[in-house]
Amino acid sequence: MSTAKKNKSTLHYQTLPKTETGIIGLDEITGGGLPKGRPSLICGEAGCGKTLMSLEFLVRGAIQFNEPGVFMAFEEKASELTMNVASMGFDLDKLQAEKKVKLDYVHIERSEIEETGEYNLEGLFIRLSHAIDSIKAKRVVLDTLENLFSGLSNQTILRAELRRMFQWLKDKGVTAIITGEKGDGDSLTRQGLEEYVSDCVILLDHRVINQISTRRLRIIKYRGSVHGTNEYPFLIDEEGISVLPITSLGLEKEVSSERISSGIPAMDAMLGGKGFFRGSSVLVSGTAGTGKTSIAAYFANETCKRKEKCIYFAFEESPKQIIRNMHSIDVDLQKHIDKGLLQFHASRPTLHGLEMHLVAMYKIIKKFKPRAVILDPITNLITVGSVSEVKAMLIRLIDFLQEEQISVMFTALTLNNIVNEQTDEGVSSLVDAWILVRDIEFNGERNRGMYIMKSRGMKHSNQVREFIITDKGLDLVEVYLGPDGVLTGSAREAQKLHEQTGDVLRDFAVSSKDRELIRKRKVLEAKISNLQTEFESAEEELNKIYQQEELIKQVTRTTREEITNRRRGEQLIKKGGKNE
Amino acid sequence: MTEQPQVPKYKKDETYQLRLFITGASPNSTRAISNLKEICEKFLKGNYELEIIDVHQQPLIAQAEQIVALPLLIKKGPGAERRLIGDMSDREKVLRGLGLS
Repeated sequence: MSTAKKNKSTLHYQTLPKTETGIIGLDEITGGGLPKGRPSLICGEAGCGKTLMSLEFLVRGAIQFNEPGVFMAFEEKASELTMNVASMGFDLDKLQAEKKVKLDYVHIERSEIEETGEYNLEGLFIRLSHAIDSIKAKRVVLDTLENLFSGLSNQTILRAELRRMFQWLKDKGVTAIITGEKGDGDSLTRQGLEEYVSDCVILLDHRVINQISTRRLRIIKYRGSVHGTNEYPFLIDEEGISVLPITSLGLEKEVSSERISSGIPAMDAMLGGKGFFRGSSVLVSGTAGTGKTSIAAYFANETCKRKEKCIYFAFEESPKQIIRNMHSIDVDLQKHIDKGLLQFHASRPTLHGLEMHLVAMYKIIKKFKPRAVILDPITNLITVGSVSEVKAMLIRLIDFLQEEQISVMFTALTLNNIVNEQTDEGVSSLVDAWILVRDIEFNGERNRGMYIMKSRGMKHSNQVREFIITDKGLDLVEVYLGPDGVLTGSAREAQKLHEQTGDVLRDFAVSSKDRELIRKRKVLEAKISNLQTEFESAEEELNKIYQQEELIKQVTRTTREEITNRRRGEQLIKKGGKNE
Repeated sequence: MTEQPQVPKYKKDETYQLRLFITGASPNSTRAISNLKEICEKFLKGNYELEIIDVHQQPLIAQAEQIVALPLLIKKGPGAERRLIGDMSDREKVLRGLGLS
């Protein structure tokens, strides 16, 4: 811990002072700009943007960092330069009037010059020195110094003078850019200027692969400083140069556990009930016509409903087409566009190279600052690059978006004959969630089935759902899992009907049985009451006999007693008659 | 040497207007001055105007005259403008540059 801290502090102490270029991205790659007070070399072939980059360095210095600059042009006249960069919004005339920039066109024509002996370039020194002093310049550009070699023939003198010039520039303490045309073979410049400029060398490159051009930049050397070593694509547009530093991004981005809805409640339910994570990347892949764009449009719609900004990059359909088509599923994207929440950027993939697409998207995203981005479809990018290139580009894009906490949804077309679903542009391993929409062809009809292949960091359903697109919008329904397998579409409906019929029949059967039971009970109950009455009457009969007997008994006894009594009375009278 | 007699003919037409740009008292500059003066005295005697300018004293002129290498001799006339750089030690070239050979 302490050693690390120590290292850091010593490193900080030793760090080369740098001059910010103000060019988007370049300062990130160089770790702060060009070496302060030293000359740097920008080299490359004709038309690769050397002059523009050096001029932008100067103009940005003058405007943003209040560092005036001198531009010494050996190739183009001041008026030509002014006109060339006016399209980028640089008003050199105004800057010259404000004494922020000074242009000096150095004209050397060999045919007009006779060399008559020893000479030196003191004239150039005086001009430069005067120009620097007159506006207190901190930055100097010499474009293209090598033209001296075509104007003057004495190489020995020239080389000695150039060496002197670079030393002189260092002594002056100005941050200088020297441009040089790329030489034959391995040499960076035709005249070997790199041997004089030892601090920082940047190589620009303009390559055309498959008829699509890409500009790239590479820092060949940067003494005393850490710098990105890759080839970085850069874009020249109406705002000047933007370099895209991609690998400068580490995997240290912030993560959010906030969840955002996909716009389809049933899909959210499949994703643990809450939807995707904010800032995550979602891939929706599927065969043609499975509703990928609809899912994407729903997602865009939902994002805008939350009053968040969204950018829709369309590589296949025009914005108007998408808006019209989405009306059919009850999604009105136009109103979000009108509110400024949604932006469409449609471009043919073949418009420019992949890297250019990336830089362009990067710029648009930086400008609009959306919370969600949609790329529809990424498959079309394959037309401008190989799978590995597309993958590399998407990695960088995802990296960048996650850094910015922007959720992204890609759609990708899978071809039916691709068996292996894992290799959709090779991005499936990069994305956080992968939703697969597929055709289920069964029973003479095609239906859409949807399932979640993966969804990092959340509980998600493993079920295949049927994905339905109706006038009312999108919905997911559970497929019917019967003894015959998965049923969808009308087969599912039929199965449902079948089940309903069964229910009715069963209900009916049940009720008729109930009635019979009641009837039987009634019959039995009637029988029981019959028997009871029978029993009662029998009982009564029996009782009657019994009572009769009792009565008879009683009556007999009483009569006997009477008779006895009477007899006794008679015996009192007549003794003999008592024993009978 | 055979061409030399032709030189006086040109001389008569017009005055040679020469401007020599130098940088202070540098060796190149002093050599250029002495070499040029010698040539002029020999070939253009009395028919030239030589202006010697120290660019260090007038830095603005460097841009105006498109000066890169020094010493520089500009022949404004007669004829087309010619530029000669160096210390004027190569007499052949100087004469050719001035249109005297």
